[in-house]
Amino acid sequence: MLQSKSFVKKTRQGRVVKVVREHYLRDDIYCGAPSCKTCDTSAARLSTSASTVLIVDTNVVLNQIVLLENPAIDDVVVLSVVLEEVRNKNLAVYNRLKALCTNSLRKFFVFSNEHHKDTYVKEMVGESPNDRNDRAIRVAALWYQSHLGVNTQILLITNDRENKRRAIEEGISSETVESYVRSLGKPDLLDLVVPSSSAGVSMEDVEDLRPSKKKVIYSEHKPMSEITSGLHHRVYHQGKLRVNRYNPFEAYVGSESIGDEIVIYGRSNMNRAFDGDIVAVELLPQDQWRDGKSMIIADDEDDEEEDVHLVPSSADDAPRNENLVQPTAGSVAPVSGRPAGRVVGIIKRNWHSYCGSLEPMPMPAAWKSFGQKNYFIGDRDTENEVLLIENDINTRPFSSQVLACLPPLPWSLSSEDLANANREDLRHLRVFSVDPPGCKDIDDALHCMPLANGNFEVGVHIADVTNFVLPGTPLDEEASQRGTSVYLVERRIDMLPKPLTEDICSLRSDVERLAFSVIWEMTPDSEIISTRYTKSAIKSCAALSYVEAQARMDDSRMMDPLTTDLRNLNSLAKIMRLRRIERGALTLASPEVKFEIDTETHDPLDIGMYQIREANQMIEEFMLAANVSVAEKILRHFPLCSLLRRHPSPTKEMLEPLLQTAAAVGLDLDVSSSKALADSLDRAVGDDPYFNKLIRILATRCMTQAVYFSSGDLSPSEFSHYGLAARLYTHFTSPIRRYADVIVHRLLAAALGIAKLPPIFLDGPQLMSIADNLNHRHRNAQMASRASVELHTLIYFKKRPTDTEGRIVKIKSNRFIVFVPKFGIEGPVYLVPKGDKGADWVNHNPTGQSSSSLSSRFVKQLFAANGGISC
Amino acid sequence: MEYVDSLTGFRLDGRRPTDMRQIRGEIGVVPKADGSALFEMGNTKVIAAIYGPREVQNKSQQVNNQALVRCEYSMANFSTGDRARRPKGDRRSTEISLVIRQTMEACILTHLMPRSQIDIFVQVLQADGGTRSACINAATLALADAGIPMCDIVTSCSAGYLSSTPLLDLNYIEDSAGGPDVTVGILAKMDKVTLLQMDAKLPLDIFENVMQLAIEGCKAIAQYIRGVLLENTKQLEYRKGV
Ligand SMILES: [Zn+2]
Repeated sequence: MLQSKSFVKKTRQGRVVKVVREHYLRDDIYCGAPSCKTCDTSAARLSTSASTVLIVDTNVVLNQIVLLENPAIDDVVVLSVVLEEVRNKNLAVYNRLKALCTNSLRKFFVFSNEHHKDTYVKEMVGESPNDRNDRAIRVAALWYQSHLGVNTQILLITNDRENKRRAIEEGISSETVESYVRSLGKPDLLDLVVPSSSAGVSMEDVEDLRPSKKKVIYSEHKPMSEITSGLHHRVYHQGKLRVNRYNPFEAYVGSESIGDEIVIYGRSNMNRAFDGDIVAVELLPQDQWRDGKSMIIADDEDDEEEDVHLVPSSADDAPRNENLVQPTAGSVAPVSGRPAGRVVGIIKRNWHSYCGSLEPMPMPAAWKSFGQKNYFIGDRDTENEVLLIENDINTRPFSSQVLACLPPLPWSLSSEDLANANREDLRHLRVFSVDPPGCKDIDDALHCMPLANGNFEVGVHIADVTNFVLPGTPLDEEASQRGTSVYLVERRIDMLPKPLTEDICSLRSDVERLAFSVIWEMTPDSEIISTRYTKSAIKSCAALSYVEAQARMDDSRMMDPLTTDLRNLNSLAKIMRLRRIERGALTLASPEVKFEIDTETHDPLDIGMYQIREANQMIEEFMLAANVSVAEKILRHFPLCSLLRRHPSPTKEMLEPLLQTAAAVGLDLDVSSSKALADSLDRAVGDDPYFNKLIRILATRCMTQAVYFSSGDLSPSEFSHYGLAARLYTHFTSPIRRYADVIVHRLLAAALGIAKLPPIFLDGPQLMSIADNLNHRHRNAQMASRASVELHTLIYFKKRPTDTEGRIVKIKSNRFIVFVPKFGIEGPVYLVPKGDKGADWVNHNPTGQSSSSLSSRFVKQLFAANGGISC
Repeated sequence: MEYVDSLTGFRLDGRRPTDMRQIRGEIGVVPKADGSALFEMGNTKVIAAIYGPREVQNKSQQVNNQALVRCEYSMANFSTGDRARRPKGDRRSTEISLVIRQTMEACILTHLMPRSQIDIFVQVLQADGGTRSACINAATLALADAGIPMCDIVTSCSAGYLSSTPLLDLNYIEDSAGGPDVTVGILAKMDKVTLLQMDAKLPLDIFENVMQLAIEGCKAIAQYIRGVLLENTKQLEYRKGV
């Protein structure tokens, strides 16, 4: 049976076209009950003796996914209409639901009601999509009831009162989540029910009782049709809403139709839009812009750097740079304020997990989130959880299906591994690793052997993760979803299960491990004569820390072979580094902070900048070289589907703030190329030893981040990596903690003819979505790490008022911004009391500062006892 | 985007990976032509008209020992969602014209009609992916309707590879996903491939699966076309009072 779906769609060019799609209805979709007489039961998933089959609606899934994940809830039919709605609204919940539906231990059955000839419903005239979907759910429930007969009860779980009423009218049993769970008689389950979702039931009841509460707070969002026509007639303007990082009640909408940014002030003008939403904005009358303008002046530069935070490490992290007073040419008003507007509708939500607190509450402010735990603002565990949730980081333990993919433990090198013709036995080589102290997931090791002709054989050996993570397995899917391990100050959230991360793959010392090796022959001048790639078996003889390696190299009495290897490598690395810098690689400063953590309380004991030693640079150099060699190899074999990493050159506009600041101190920077910029950064040495570092930090802030991409999607001229001044670059050296490297390992194996290329690589769009997900995960992981460091910095200073030296990096009308090099943080110091403006969550109390001296050095007490934490 | 739902196994329009769209063929839709046919594959709708065998119009093109086959492919301006003017003879239509001509030439017994010319006109009325295949199928029906001797019927079908699954008969959304797609034309009874087009890379084993799927599709179409022709012949018989 054929139905055609017809709808109107706007193309990317802004034209409106009618799209007609076929929609096939079928009679071979089965109900999933194994006892069914009429259906094919081979794919049935419900239990044989199910007396009650649950059908859930979209909001139940969205709000009660934790409950659904509890094994007590089973025999659930998930309709495809629900699945689709969940997918559109919250991808994270969708993935969890999908995991439930594929988990063989759970009895969740997906029923394609949208394609079943008896359950497909056509939208009626004047029916909203939501109503239509609710009706579709009821029709499907009714079909199930008549299909399965009287012995099985179909129970529609919905918290929507109207839906429930209609269902009962139509003869379907229906319950709310609470009443159903209550009927199960398991009090602990009740805790999992998210009460807020009772909006449909209790909230309405409350409102009915107190009509005075029904006052309008926000003006209603306009319907989509009105927005579309408004956009068409240029009454409304479309753009992405970006909330000011430091002022939640101020946002900007970049609008192409005006060619300027529209400022949105205040909660009611923002009208429930969140950061990242695509919104439709109506301009306020021009006289209200002035209002806005004066606000801008009052706040002038107040919109940035309101609190103390870590120094941003790239343009993406940095607060938006603003060029406020820039009257556009031809504008009539001499004081052209930026246009102000208000949000009239939301075109596309940027769904995202948020955390919030309840207010007002009797002291102390408590957090009640899912589960029964109370959370307190400022509590380390709470804040940790918040930063994980807000960055959408999956901390759930690995599922049993994923763990089933692991090789049996204890694992050891088998004779089959060695008999494999593609695997070279390199156990005789003196291989060693150098990592941060306490590193357990060692993914790289090196060796260096002098050759008879005076050259060196240098090998980089990377953990052979793809030997254990096979494409298409649940383990692979999970790793691909997670994308990267996340490093927090006191915790690591692994991409792969612990046995792989810390044992089977980790290239620990004195055990035989599988590796993927890149082996060069190099002249003493670090010229690469030949490169070869092979899977291998190695046995590391030492797992050194950077400090140990450095100490060995520095101690001239040590002459053992390992130390000699280290020294040889170091001298090669120095030449390579020099050559790279000559090519124009940028040494950008992103101060990394290191904590010493109390093993019992997990509170930070000491803080300091991460010290970069020669040994770090040595390892980094060989990793870069291996990545470049691998990038060349895979691109040569797979020009259309190689996963590479690029770093776009910053545009002139992006570098503008750097140039302005440099000009202010009388410095002329040449930004014509990365080489020119690198040279002028080298020359930028002031009287102050930190000056160069500050300029570099500023430069770093102007750059965007490097991203993964598939070589088929861009032209070769766009492949280059600006920061490293490399024509090609990829990630090969950390497959234990980055999924990109896993992909690259597979590409390299296919390029060598060892393994077949998994079919996913031939699927352009899918490869692109994988790359996008990796970029997204990578970025979230970085944000989470930063947030974690910020959190620990605050916890540390909360109890320890500290006197330290800082540098003024910016002077504003009422304050200056101070950078503290020792801890890599910056924040404002107010010269006048902050007064009435500004949010009260700024967590710093400027006491004990010598506000009179505007010299470039001053002593300031940071983080006095007032310690709320912004999140 | 997921082109095959990982939970239900259905494609976006509700087909399974090996399902073809609904096909429909009708003979004699342009009575003025010597033979004509309409062919639909889902929302793709194509009309074909045959003139000939007739005298060669341009004597210089005449071939002495066989018939001259010419083909003109065009797309109606209204065939896609955005109504755009299409110049005649652009690269794409020249290429498709050539493909259709070569494919049909392979089955027409041209040596039986020396010094004559056969014109095949195909026009796409509505495009929703797989136009090439639909054109060939329409041309086959129309040639049969015109009573032009053929050694076998040619049918064509496409198959692609998306979301790591071989998919039969791609529609427009699937076609524009950018994955590899294979268009196959076969001589149904002789089991010979006369057309094979793919402009992407696929590993050999996957390619074989995809091509096999397309061939299955061609065979199914051939069976349907045979049915249409048989029905048509029965009606002719009836009209002639045999
Ligand atoms: Zn059934």
